[in-house]
Amino acid sequence: MPVATTSVTVDETPLVLHLLRRADDALILGHRLSEWTGNAPTLEEDLALANIALDLIGQARALYDHAGAQCGLDEDQLAYRRDARQYRNLLIAEQPNGDFACTIARQVLYAAFIDPYWRAAMSSTDATIAAIAAKAEKETAYHLRHSAEWLIRLGDGTEESHRRAQAGLEEMWPFTGEFFEVDAPDQALIDAGIIPDPAELHDGWSSRIDAILARATLARPRDGWMQTGGRSGRHSEHLGHILAELQYLQRSHPGAKW
Amino acid sequence: MVADARRRAYEAVAAVTDPEIPVLTIADLGVLRDVTVDGGRVAVTITPTYTGCPAMNVIALEIETALARAGFADVAVRTVLSPAWTTDWLTPEGRAKLLAYGIAPPGRAGGRRALFGEAKAACPRCGSDDTELLAEFGSTACKSLYRCRACREPFDAFKCH
Repeated sequence: MPVATTSVTVDETPLVLHLLRRADDALILGHRLSEWTGNAPTLEEDLALANIALDLIGQARALYDHAGAQCGLDEDQLAYRRDARQYRNLLIAEQPNGDFACTIARQVLYAAFIDPYWRAAMSSTDATIAAIAAKAEKETAYHLRHSAEWLIRLGDGTEESHRRAQAGLEEMWPFTGEFFEVDAPDQALIDAGIIPDPAELHDGWSSRIDAILARATLARPRDGWMQTGGRSGRHSEHLGHILAELQYLQRSHPGAKW
Repeated sequence: MVADARRRAYEAVAAVTDPEIPVLTIADLGVLRDVTVDGGRVAVTITPTYTGCPAMNVIALEIETALARAGFADVAVRTVLSPAWTTDWLTPEGRAKLLAYGIAPPGRAGGRRALFGEAKAACPRCGSDDTELLAEFGSTACKSLYRCRACREPFDAFKCH
């Protein structure tokens, strides 16, 4: 007898898979940032992190909508009715926030990658991806500036803020290798001009990070072993905890509407 | 007759205000892209300022309400992302309304790419250029928070986008 499940089955064509990867990055990171609401060090940062979370969740909705149009599901089904193993986000997105410096370090590393990624995706041969990219890159430009200014302030601040910023950077660095991974489905989309080739963004990312770290008086962590697995659904234990909270209502009452 | 219906529908829709900045209409903001009337059916096209703008659902609902009041029952509101909304679409009238409301209007969208250095905003209360950025993100997604060094008042500034 089959076990009852409320999970949907997704037909992951290369396009659907890539849209889910980007959408899951944005949703999970947005969810993590929303955890700062009411807890940030200052009221201004409470608002800033909530605003960034809102931008990311807005981007996720547009991407789920486009993915859903290809595979016959809607944005709510894609967000709320897939298990952890069906989630395709970068592992960095699901990592716990740590302290404020750790959150800021993650934001800098991710924003310095995704901002030029969306700018490059504006020339996608897929008109909807190009349209989403043109919206997203305006928002991510703000996210990058916000987090870079904070990392400089923390790194070049007190002994304690410097120590925490460096520790946050070391904590998040092993997750940056995943930004540049390309597998066969992504390669097919790159060849068709549908998505940018992340390999071409690597040097720009690296020099942007170096410039920020130099001003922050922080040391660039060594490229050692890099974490991997998020793109194929192999996650850290943290994602399951996020989904348990995020999906509770739609799992208990599938299809519930306001 | 058709032109008249279109004009009535457009005027009803264009008067809908932004729930977060109620002095601005969606026409002032450049959020309203198109209104067409085909038979009794009105199709309205809007574009979000930010992808996650929580005002969009309310705006769509208010468009339907405004059209129902104007006698149009059959309404479809469509959201498009492209071309991407920019603050350059704020009308001159909209910019003047913002300023009178105490929100510094945005500069022109060019030059926002600089990683560091803040955009300048003149104080909407005393007009001084001697202001400082307090926070990139203000009370809504589309605003930053500034303080005037001349009159000491804090103020919201529309982000250049």
